[in-house]
Amino acid sequence: MPGDAALLSVEGLSKRYPTGDLALDDVDLQVPAGQVMALIGPSGAGKSTLIRCVNRLVEPSAGRVRLEGEEITGLGATALRRARRRMGMIFQEYALVERLTVMENVLSGRLGYTGFWASWFRRFPRRDVEQAFRLLDRVGLAHMADKRADALSGGQRQRVGILRALMQDPALLLVDEPTASLDPRTSRQIMRLLVELCEERGLAAIINIHDVALARDFARRIVGLRAGRIVFDGPPEALDAEVLTRIYGEEDWSRALRRPEEEDAEEAATAA
Amino acid sequence: MSATAFDPAAAARAWRPPALIGDARLRWAIYAGALLYAALALGSVEVNWTRAAEGLERGARFLAGFFPPDFVSKREEILDGLLESLTMTVVATALGIVLSVPVALGAARNLAPLPVYLFCRGIIAVSRTFQEIIIAIVFVAMLGFGPLAGMLTLAFATIGFLGKLLAEDIEDMQAEQAEAIRATGAGWFQLLAWAVLPQVRPRLIGLSAYRLDINFRESAVLGLVGAGGIGDTLNTAFDRYEFDTAAAVLIVIVAIVLACEYTSGWIRRAVQ
Amino acid sequence: MAVTCGPDGIPQWRRRTPRGDLLAWAGWLGAVALTMLCFHYISERTIWAFVWDAPAQGADLVSRMFPPRWSYAAQLWRPLWDTINIATLGTALAVLLGVPVAFLAAHNTTPSRALLRPAALFVIVASRSINSLIWALVLVIVLGPGMLAGILAIALRSIGFIAKLLYEAIEEIDPTQVEAVEATGAGRAQVLAWGIAPQVLPAFAGISVFRWDINIREATVLGLVGAGGIGMQLQASINVLAWPQVTMIFLLILVTVLVSEWVSARVRHAVI
Repeated sequence: MPGDAALLSVEGLSKRYPTGDLALDDVDLQVPAGQVMALIGPSGAGKSTLIRCVNRLVEPSAGRVRLEGEEITGLGATALRRARRRMGMIFQEYALVERLTVMENVLSGRLGYTGFWASWFRRFPRRDVEQAFRLLDRVGLAHMADKRADALSGGQRQRVGILRALMQDPALLLVDEPTASLDPRTSRQIMRLLVELCEERGLAAIINIHDVALARDFARRIVGLRAGRIVFDGPPEALDAEVLTRIYGEEDWSRALRRPEEEDAEEAATAA
Repeated sequence: MSATAFDPAAAARAWRPPALIGDARLRWAIYAGALLYAALALGSVEVNWTRAAEGLERGARFLAGFFPPDFVSKREEILDGLLESLTMTVVATALGIVLSVPVALGAARNLAPLPVYLFCRGIIAVSRTFQEIIIAIVFVAMLGFGPLAGMLTLAFATIGFLGKLLAEDIEDMQAEQAEAIRATGAGWFQLLAWAVLPQVRPRLIGLSAYRLDINFRESAVLGLVGAGGIGDTLNTAFDRYEFDTAAAVLIVIVAIVLACEYTSGWIRRAVQ
Repeated sequence: MAVTCGPDGIPQWRRRTPRGDLLAWAGWLGAVALTMLCFHYISERTIWAFVWDAPAQGADLVSRMFPPRWSYAAQLWRPLWDTINIATLGTALAVLLGVPVAFLAAHNTTPSRALLRPAALFVIVASRSINSLIWALVLVIVLGPGMLAGILAIALRSIGFIAKLLYEAIEEIDPTQVEAVEATGAGRAQVLAWGIAPQVLPAFAGISVFRWDINIREATVLGLVGAGGIGMQLQASINVLAWPQVTMIFLLILVTVLVSEWVSARVRHAVI
């Protein structure tokens, strides 16, 4: 229900690209504080557009987005930048600035809080640098601080990408296909890390993901998007063949839904 | 958390923003050297400020002399120079292409034996080292004033330009294709026609179009040393203080260069 | 390629359709005819007696040019130093002016597509289409002879070159890295410094050094129109037909250009 308790509230959001494609069609969505939500759907369903409309990397055509009661749509450039600090974004291809060091990439999360010249000369407040080291240590990358970002492996890069978003001191994480470029094991590690960090800090997250199994294992709520409309919204347990068909179209889903019991138990402990 | 106690505060105190040049002493030496050079170089520019000040006023008068451009009173000369430039460009480019192909073949290490390779690389080096103007001086001294000297200059410069780029292209071509053709029992010339030419043809056409463009630009200055073309007209106009005609010539040159650039861009896109 | 049916009903393979054949032949014929026509035009303006005499003239010239007048080198160090300074200071000035132009011209960084982008593109085209020697010719008239005219001529010609290559590099950067920096709430200037600058830095360094290398060559002849550097000595020596001195100058230019090319190649290799 669209209570005032919702951290993020999206109402009647539509996006039509100049090419004429309708990527989002009258989407309503509420995310309460601290909720990790997975957004699933076929390619081209508008998942990416939806989270980019939230922080207005993509300008919505119609509708309203509110974060912590503040209306994001309709903010001027300066106010939008201030609002973006509360929304950390994590990207599919990591989107680290490759030629900067790990530390610089993590610190770039503080750009919204730092003046231009201070950031130009890399003069960040001591507590920011300390915080960055604490986070790097948390994910086991403290010794890599002065390595260039392009020297890292995929999993390491995505960790740095997550830390950059956390440095913003956000209330909400917008996560765009965090595991699409990673191998299965690293994918699970990254997802686990994301969920843990969200719990530690009470962050809400919208995670775009095309891997239904990962979504079901790690998210507490699943939203299915198809052709720009929400066609499913419920707990992971409610995902069945009928729902998957509604989201993705006709296919024999029985095999995709059957999973070993012990793994279920292990993951349930983490995700709960 | 971590096994060895990691102290983020200490790490933050020790952290320094990464510098472009790692070694501090080398960095300061380079800065100091650059500063010293800048001081010396700027010092060597003897600017007579009183003369520059009066020069500005004089310059303003000269610049006023450029307006309005006079296309009419020296129409004959301008058209003449233009035609000469264009003919020089066409012949030089054609001749240059014809001559540069064997040079390029000789300068490709994967096709030519060492002595031929060195000889052809030598031609390319001489042609690329000297400015067109210097080559033109030598040709004018040998052949007398006129467009023939200019045409040969441009053709010579074209050999260096096309020869080098084409040779690199031939060296980069896929050896498998050449091997496959050789395996059919083809002779050396058949190898060229069936394996080398198809691979380098788009680039040959593209580079030739680009060089046509360059040759016209260059033909506009060769007149300064008596090697014909529209530069002759320009130089004469300056010598006679007919700045309005000079302005007209400059405008014509810019217009034709634009047309050339547009055409050569179009040709290069067409062969891609 | 075309396969047609012969009169006997057997399919015949030909490289092109008959129409394509005709067009190809017409194209070649046209090109050859145009070249011949242009050559005819040039030959009419050539005193062939001089040309037939060229081998003798050439041999005579060579005999007069050798041996070089080694002692003349002592008088050349200062002009050579000036030449290098013209090229270096001119390049530096062009970099200073060309970088903002490039950012205005690149479609992903320009603040205004309607006004500033076309203006920047016009600056680039105007600067590129006029040879530095012609710029020098005009500037010598306005500012009087000397190094200043040379430096400005080099700078004016190089702005367009640097800006064009740089704005192409800017347009090719990875947009998601820029998006990621924007998503942190960074301001415009910070996005430029953190998201775009690190990506184009290697290209920028390469382009600048490449142009410096070209400018060394160009600066050697600026003196022919009075814009300072070793070209002044060249002009003076040619005027008095002091060919051994000319040879000495040529040798010095050759060495300088080879050294600058080596330096430029080393630097470009180091930054990539």
